[in-house]
Amino acid sequence: MRKISDLFEQVLQVINIGLVSFKESLEDVGVKVIQVDWRPSAATDDETRDALQKLLGSK
Amino acid sequence: MAVKGILKEGEYYDSVTLMLVARDVLALEGVEDAAVVMGTDQNKSILETSGILLDIFKDAIDSDLLIAVKAKDEAICEAAIQKAKELLTSRHLKMQETGEYTPKSLEGAVDFLSDANMAIISLAGKYAGDEAMKALKKGLHVMLFSDNVSIETEIELKKYGKEHGLLVMGPDCGTAIINGAPLCFANVVNRGDIGIVAASGTGLQEVSTVISNEGAGISQAVGTGGRDVKKDVGGIMFIEGIKALEEDPETKYIALVSKPPHPEVLKKVASLIKTEIKKPVVGIFLGGDPKVVEGAGAIPASTLEEAGLIVSSLSKGKSMDEFKKLLEDREKEILNLAEKESQNKTATQKFVRGLYTGGTLCDEAMLISRTIIGEVYGNAPLNPQFKLEDSWRSKENTFVDLGEDEFTVGRPHPMIDFTLRNKKILEEANDKEVAVILLDVVLGYGSNMQPGDELNPIIKQAKETAEKDGRNITFVCTITGTDKDPQGRGKVKQQLEDAGALIMPSNAAASKLASYIVKNLGGVK
Repeated sequence: MRKISDLFEQVLQVINIGLVSFKESLEDVGVKVIQVDWRPSAATDDETRDALQKLLGSK
Repeated sequence: MAVKGILKEGEYYDSVTLMLVARDVLALEGVEDAAVVMGTDQNKSILETSGILLDIFKDAIDSDLLIAVKAKDEAICEAAIQKAKELLTSRHLKMQETGEYTPKSLEGAVDFLSDANMAIISLAGKYAGDEAMKALKKGLHVMLFSDNVSIETEIELKKYGKEHGLLVMGPDCGTAIINGAPLCFANVVNRGDIGIVAASGTGLQEVSTVISNEGAGISQAVGTGGRDVKKDVGGIMFIEGIKALEEDPETKYIALVSKPPHPEVLKKVASLIKTEIKKPVVGIFLGGDPKVVEGAGAIPASTLEEAGLIVSSLSKGKSMDEFKKLLEDREKEILNLAEKESQNKTATQKFVRGLYTGGTLCDEAMLISRTIIGEVYGNAPLNPQFKLEDSWRSKENTFVDLGEDEFTVGRPHPMIDFTLRNKKILEEANDKEVAVILLDVVLGYGSNMQPGDELNPIIKQAKETAEKDGRNITFVCTITGTDKDPQGRGKVKQQLEDAGALIMPSNAAASKLASYIVKNLGGVK
């Protein structure tokens, strides 16, 4: 069983989704980080978005 | 007056990038108003209120970029739009030039960085919850910076995290320090043996920097988001965070930082401390009864500074008497300084104006001031009867939290962008009743990188304005930060002192000094 405290023994490696400045700050202190080129789906009404996510199996 | 704009389909930028570009465009000569935003419904309604919602924007969707400019004439509008496009392109090119792979999805990122163990998510609230759950299901710990995530989603995420041994910091978690790395808005502090669990971002920043400046250090600092300790969430991550620190061999002492948790949550925390936690615990529940902390089996502190000093004393093997003496000496210095600063005021100068960027720091300042000068007005006052009718207009003793939503719509947070506070400082300096202006300056990653350069000329200008009118305004500042921060506490302190400000060692000390000056002048409620 994984525990939260296991994280404290590992090397921190980050996936950043959103503000690019957070990625830059982490790089500045030597943390390995990858930025996701996230953008909102073109389908913005919630109903269509939920339907799409169900179809794609991510919900 | 002319209004012009463009819509670019499918061109996405994060909100801070957009707001910083908008700020630069607004600063151009002849530009009255400008917006550089994604085409969300909320943004469209802001544009409508500002009178710059063009017809071409009405059918825009979240993934469309909107640039609108209101200016003296069409040529200025065109030039400003061109400038916005250039600024955005340069930002985009900077990313491309590094040649880094930027996957389009979390799944792609996990495939590429297979040892990733943490996801930091700062998307708009309506998207953030889904991405956080995806990250947890990939086995990643999560720091969820975004706000506007529903309480139901928060509970779902935290229950999942608890069941699977994963941290869920947030939503609305601005600060954490994990394995020595400052995440989002956090300071560069000494590494050490003190672990922190905090349901308050700037509270965590103040305590961790006091500890570091005392020569002690931080093992881990876990943020939970403020809502974690409310009844509905039930302290899920606050409790899991404490347990994780108990298990962590590097952590020898634990500090808890929060506004008073819901009584049921407090009961759970108390029971945990009594039954499972063997490490000494220091607790600051701002505005709560210290006896409650004591009852929970923890050492109570009455201010963020005191919490940092107590836990540092424990860590450094010093006696409690030493830290008590430090605080007593500090109190004497504050009283002497207050006496001196109240000598050079006119008969009309009686009041303090606290202009805060950190929410918890503002709360703490009001709690401390209340004991010295009585209730103060504000946009988020301790006593609802003292809520300002208009948050933009101070009266008598006023403490304003400029990070509240009413000030931040369409603007970067005041810790990043000083424009609004600078304007307020100059306004307050024109008020004949103002004796003291109290400011917080929060350093560290995420915050403004040149706070000294930006504040120094404003403080000088404000003091000069008052002096021309025969008044001397005392500027009292607290700097939450360390010399290891990218801005450097010592450098910023020097720059503010050069402008004539008094720099105190903590927010508690700054609030006390400001309040004692006002008390001496008779500005007591």
